[in-house]
Formats: sequence, structure tokens, C-alpha cells
Amino acid sequence: MPARVSLFVTCLVDQFFPQIGLAMTRVLERLGYEVDFPEAQTCCGQPAFNTGFWGEARLVGRHFLKVFGGCDYIVCPSGSCTSMVRRHYVEIFHKDAESLGAANALAPKIFEFSEFLVQVAQREDVGARFEGVVTYHDSCHALRELGLREGPRRLLRSVRGLELREMDAAEECCGFGGTFSVKFDDVSAAMLAEKIDSIRRTGAQSVVSADASCLMQIRGGLLRAGLPIQTLHLAEVLACV
Amino acid sequence: MSAAFRQRIHSALADQQVQEALAAFAGRLMRERRSSVGQEEFPEYQELRAQANLIKRHTMENLDHYLEILCRKVEEHGGQVAWCRDAGEAQAFIGQLARERGVRLAVKSKSMTSEEIGLNEALEHYGVEATETDFGEFIVQLARERPFHIVAPALHKNRRQVAALLSEKLGVAQEEEIPKQTAIARGVLRKKFLEARMGISGANFLVAESGAVVIVENEGNARFTTSAPRIHVAVAGIEKVIPRAADLAVFLKLLGRSATGQPLTSYTSFLAGPRRPGEMDGPDEFFLVLLDNGRSRILADRDKRQTLYCIRCGACLNVCPVYRKIGGYSYPGTYSGPIGAILTPQLSGITYEPELPFASSLCGACAEVCPVKIDIPKILVELRSELRKAERRESRGGFGVQAAGWERIAFAVWAWLMRRPRLFELAGSAAQVLLPADRDGGWIRSLPGPLQAWTRWRDFPPPAAHSFRQLWRQQRRRRD
Amino acid sequence: MPAREHILHKIRTALGRNAGQPPAPAPPPRLAFAPASPAELIRQAIDRFPGKAVRADSDQEARDYVASQINGSRAIASPAPLLDRLGILTLPGVAIAAGGPDQVQRACAESDIGITTAEYVLADTGALVTLAGVRESRLVSLLPPVHIAVAPADRILTGLEELFTLLPDPAALSSSLVLIAGPSRTADVEGVLTLGVHGPRELHLVLVQ
Repeated sequence: MPARVSLFVTCLVDQFFPQIGLAMTRVLERLGYEVDFPEAQTCCGQPAFNTGFWGEARLVGRHFLKVFGGCDYIVCPSGSCTSMVRRHYVEIFHKDAESLGAANALAPKIFEFSEFLVQVAQREDVGARFEGVVTYHDSCHALRELGLREGPRRLLRSVRGLELREMDAAEECCGFGGTFSVKFDDVSAAMLAEKIDSIRRTGAQSVVSADASCLMQIRGGLLRAGLPIQTLHLAEVLACV
Repeated sequence: MSAAFRQRIHSALADQQVQEALAAFAGRLMRERRSSVGQEEFPEYQELRAQANLIKRHTMENLDHYLEILCRKVEEHGGQVAWCRDAGEAQAFIGQLARERGVRLAVKSKSMTSEEIGLNEALEHYGVEATETDFGEFIVQLARERPFHIVAPALHKNRRQVAALLSEKLGVAQEEEIPKQTAIARGVLRKKFLEARMGISGANFLVAESGAVVIVENEGNARFTTSAPRIHVAVAGIEKVIPRAADLAVFLKLLGRSATGQPLTSYTSFLAGPRRPGEMDGPDEFFLVLLDNGRSRILADRDKRQTLYCIRCGACLNVCPVYRKIGGYSYPGTYSGPIGAILTPQLSGITYEPELPFASSLCGACAEVCPVKIDIPKILVELRSELRKAERRESRGGFGVQAAGWERIAFAVWAWLMRRPRLFELAGSAAQVLLPADRDGGWIRSLPGPLQAWTRWRDFPPPAAHSFRQLWRQQRRRRD
Repeated sequence: MPAREHILHKIRTALGRNAGQPPAPAPPPRLAFAPASPAELIRQAIDRFPGKAVRADSDQEARDYVASQINGSRAIASPAPLLDRLGILTLPGVAIAAGGPDQVQRACAESDIGITTAEYVLADTGALVTLAGVRESRLVSLLPPVHIAVAPADRILTGLEELFTLLPDPAALSSSLVLIAGPSRTADVEGVLTLGVHGPRELHLVLVQ
């Protein structure tokens, strides 16, 4: 079992939701890992990749590869960022042999947070306690690109005091989709309304997801609708004792 | 052009009836597919998907070979093949054939390909009345509308609208009970079936080694269309080919379940040519119209060639959270939903509707349900990249993609910043000042500029008072 | 350049292939199936047939069943040898389809019941496999609102894999093979199901020795 993990917190968590990064650190340390944070990190390049600006995505991707090249294990609180590095770097670097080599070397070392806990640390019970009824929103990339469906749920079910209630449309997109959320804001909002309706129908006090961008979309909608439902990242729940 | 796209989306979102129909009907198709491919009911699902993908890939990569075999076998069985490079050639062939044979009335079974080439309208110029016989197609034809959905063309209509339509166009009394509406259509169409000299169908599959057309349906109108009139014309894209009849054991098992949750649809017809000497009934003549219309160009793109694997099941439409909000009429061109979003730009050019590939959150639900495993999100992102390259080439004016200029600049700045961690941090600190939260860290209700589109519907988070990296440093300092 | 040559040329250029170049080896067909006993096949077929399925222990039983369904209405039957052998073609109310496509069509349009044979039955879906032929019609099983199919009980196959193993090329036998897996149906308006749109709304299967 490796002792040292490096955090890739993502630009969104770094600037907007640092508590998620702190929560991740707490959980990992509680499990006995030594956690470090390569300070030169910024972004994985996904926003540019998804918007079609692959040149820019490559520039930022190379920086990422440089920053994290020497790490043994990289843990990330976002399924979409993890997927970007693991699956999509090979698409944008297919003409750049050096970066392609670095991306291939790095791919097996980067893990989404819940994935790391369940598959590498091999823990479902991380000693957490959280009183309340919670519903879980599957973020699209974690679910479909990384295949993470059961892992986060097993982690949540092992939390003392927590009742997990499934919503009807757990697997449906919340409508974020990066720049889609502003380019097609009306469609994004309509999709969000469906998701919020689904959440509300569970009667849960909190909605949990493993991706901060989904949480940003969902929380933004809940606040606007005046609904008193809390949004939490999986790491934040698991950090509670 | 993009303004029209946005306007159609806006109308669809505001149309209560369409929203209800999408939620109920498309939602139901989505759930029926899902329960029909469950692990217990259909354990071979994933294996079949992989096999279907493999067969289609092999066929597309050797398409010339299989088309030649197909052509030879069709002719061997007494049929004729018309190779058509584009819609015009296909229209002309069928129209001239109809004229030569004295066809005044043709019956049609469902064919999205015939929609693509605008066949019905073209046939009017040849003096041919082409009546749609699929109940849903019949309805939209009466309404002079396009199909709303690949499999359920009248998905957007409720019974009251259908009652009004039938009454207005057919002169019958208003009838809101759906089985009775169906009976009205049956009566009208039966006369047409028996009178028409030509039946025009599509094809779900073209079996190369059999020279056969395979048509999958529930109503029986395709059987009628291809068996009663004296002439049968099948219109199909060149990509519909599969090598052998045996391959149907894979595709038929996937198609019904993916489309409507049925293990098999009511009818599957395997038709090879006109009726053989001595056969009791069937058409005297059979024509296969093989349509290119841009497909050979798609073949040339190794990564996007998989677009041609599509078997038109409609599963991607039903599962798409965007389609289920904006509906079939928001999409430009013939094909809607995720398959439409990747097929239309490749058939009609990426500048036909430059915003179309962006009208997706890339959630990947489509790829998850596609029976032939087309990686639709990957192709969407590639189309976006191609659009950006095209924009750069025509840097003057762009294609009307909204705010194309500012996006390119923004990402150039972003890329520059993201390689400079200290400056990134500085920018973060600047944002903390520019977008201050309320005293209690409340989210922001209104923002200017591009983010206005966000705050129109949702609150936006304020930058954290301290970034993670600042907090990390503080923590480490405390420890040391 | 004629369209055919032009299209093939574009395709070959797109694929980097030459005219006459043999194709890459095709993935082998996926035709494996688990065999089942005749008794099991009959049981499954009857259970899954999308209509009323009966097993006739004698020719007379088969004939009687069909007669009970006709019961005064107008039936039309294909002149199939099996129907002849069972005496179905001489039942009161049964017209025999004949005289070419136009006549067959007209007769079918006026009939309440269509009687045909089925070449095979697929046990997994209860689907009928019908082949058009010199003595078997396409329209008899389509136009009348009721369809009665008669098939030998030893012609039940496990499913599509077995069918295409037996018939690797249906086109060699007939211009039309139709799998009938249910009555004619539509749910095009509001997803509300209606049976008997253009084809039969009611199906019967008689399995005979």
C-alpha cells in the first residue's frame, strides 16, 4: 500500500471550494497516507478541450504533465478532470510523442477520489459519521467515463448515521457541461430543474456528488429556488467524524 | 442561422404540450429500453453491442466490396440497383420511374433517408401523390410537418391535436379516442395500399450476400407497402449494409430492444427482389436506390466514420437530457438527437449550423445506450475542434457563432495564465476582490457579461476568501 | 463517370482500398445456441407465442380448432400442402387464395381470417417464420384482421441463431421471409397501444404432428 499521494485539487476547487480539498486531505491522512500538494498545479485543460480549442488544451496539458510527472499517485476530487487526464490526453497528444509518452505513463497513476479509496486504499468504511438523509447525484464523467457507480454509494452507506436515499434520476445530467451551461443556459436550466425536482422528491436534507462542477450547478439552482437542501462533496461527508 | 436554432429551442422549451409529450413518451421509451436490456433479461447485451460494432466497422472498412456483392445479388434475384450520388439523382430516378410506369399514387413506409432527400415533395413534381402509411408519419404528413423523432414521428402530438388534424384534413368527425383514430387511418390507408402502383420503403439493413433488404416494423404498413403494389422501391443509404443474413442474429436482437424495449418488433421482413416465378403475390419489379449523399465523405474520416454504424434505433434520442427538453424540431436537418448532432454537420457541413455540436453537455448517456457503440461525445468534441479550426481560417467575421471572438481570446488568455501558477494565483486574488461575496459568503445573484447567462437562472459562487493553495500553505506552516 | 463507378471510387479513396482488393476477414458469425428438447421447445413456443397457441394431437384436432375459429366468418387460406393434408382447405367458409397477385389481394381484403402455414417457429420469442412461395402467400397473413398459422411441431427452433444456421441465405428460397412476432400494433400517439393497425390484431398458432 503506497504511503504518499499527491493532490490534484482542480482549478475549481482551488479557487471556489477549497473546503473540498481540505476534506480530501483529512480523509486521506486519516487513512494513513502522506499527502502532498504540488504547488505549480493549475488546471488539466478540460475546458479548452471540450470547447474545441485543442491547441490551448495541449499547452495546459503539458504543464500538467510536467507538474505531476514524478508522482506515484495522484488523487483528484473530480471525475471529469480525472477522465481528461486518463482518457483524453491521448487524443490531444497523438501527434506529440513526448507528451503522449508522459500521458500514458501518468494515466494509471491518477484516480478520482472515491475510486482511490475503494480500489487502491481498498476501504469502504473510512470511519466517517454524518447524521442525515442524503441523496447521491452521479456526475456524468465519473459514472460513464470512469465507470464509478457502486463505489461512491458503498462509501456513503458505510458512513455512520447516514441514510442514503436514491433519487429517480440520479444518473441524469445536471445540465452543467462546462460552457454549455452558459451557451445554452436555457436548456441547462431546464435540465437543472429536472434534477432539483428529483432531489426534492427524495425528501433528503443533502445532495452529495463527487464533482464540484455538478455541485456548483445544483447549489446555484437550489439557492435560486430558495430550497434549504444542502450540497456536499463526497469528500466533505467522508471527512466528518 | 444560429439565431434560428436558438429560437426553435426557446419555442420548444416554452411549449407546454411538447414538454409533457417529451417527458412522458420519450421518457417511457427510455425506461422500456432499459428494462429490456437488464442483466437478467438480456445477459448477452454488452457482448452483442461489441459484436455489432465489430461487424459494422468491418463492413464500413470494406464497403466497396460489400456494395458490389449486394448489387450483384440484387440483380441475380431479378431486382435493379440505382446508384445515386445525391438527393437530386435519387429524386430523378424514382420520379422518372414513376412517370414511365404511370404511377399516380405511391404508398410509403417509414424512411428517414427518404426524408433526407425530400422525396415526397420531389415526387409531386412528377405527378405522384406519395402517402405515408406509418401512423405517426401519416399524421405528420397531414400536418405538413417533419418527423419529430426517428421512431415515433408524431411523439409531440396529443390526441386532441390528432383529432383536430384528422377532422380538418380528412373531413371526418372529431374523434379523440386513439384506437378509433387508428381505425380511421387504417381505413383511409387500406384503400391507398390497394390502389397504389408503387410502394416506397426504406431499409434497416441491406444484406450483401443475400441481395436483400431487411425492414423492421410493428404496424404492418411496410409489409403492405412492399407486397401489394406492383413496384417496390427501397431507398437506403450505402451505410446500411451488413455482410450476411447470419449477422441479423446480432442486430435484430439489439434493434427492437434499443428502440422500444421489444425483443423483436411485430414484423421483420427479409425481401430479396421481386416475386419469384410462381410466387403467389409480391411486387413484379424491385428497385434498390443506393444513396451516397455525403456518406462516402464521412467514410474518409477514420475517427468519425463510426457515425455510419447507426441503425436508427432512436435510443440516443430517448436518453438524451437535451433532446428531452428541446425536442426533434429544434434540430436543423432531417436527423435529431445525438445522432443528428453528429450526422448533420458531417452530411451538410459544419457551418450548416455551427452551434449544433455545442448543444450538448457531453454527458455520455447516448454512447452508453448506442447498440453499435458509436462514441458520440468524442465525435461532438472533434466537431467542435474542427469548427474552431475553420473559424481561425476565416478569422474575419466567423460564422455567426455567438461571441466566437471573445471565446478564442478568453481561452488564449486562460491557457497563458494556466501555465503560470503564480500569476494564476494572483488572478485568483484579483477575482476575490472583484467578485466579493456577501459578508456571510452568500452566492451572487447577478453577474454581467457572459456570466449573465448563468445568473439568469442560478446563483453563482463567490471566489473563496482563501484559495486551497493559500490554506494549504497556512496549514503546512502551522505544522512546521 | 457513371454514378456507380463514381461512388465506388469515392469509397475506395476514402478507405485506401483498390478495386478488386479482397476484404479483411469478416468477424465470424455469432450463431451459437443451446439446443433444447422437443418438449421444451414446444412448451416455450406455446408460452411465448403472442396470441393463442394450441397443440393438436391429431389432424382432426387441428381441423376442428380452425373450424371453431372460423365459425361462420369468411376465411382465406394459402393452398399449402400442410393445410391441404389437414383438410383445412375444404372447411366451410374457406376460400383458397389463387389467381395471381391482384386476385389474391382482393380476396384477402374481403376476408375476416387468413390461414397460412409457418415454415418455423422461434421458441425464444414465439415468432413465426413465414416464407412466400408458390403455395404460400404474403398477403393472406397480413390483410385479414385475424391470422391463423399452422406449423409442424418439429419445426420449432430455439431462436434466430438456429434459424440462420439452417437458412444462411433465405434469399435462396424466397423473395420474402417474414418474422411475425406479434399482432400489428402502434403506439404513435401518446404512447397508447392500439392493435390491428394495418395487419392482423389477433394471432393463432396450431402446432401439428
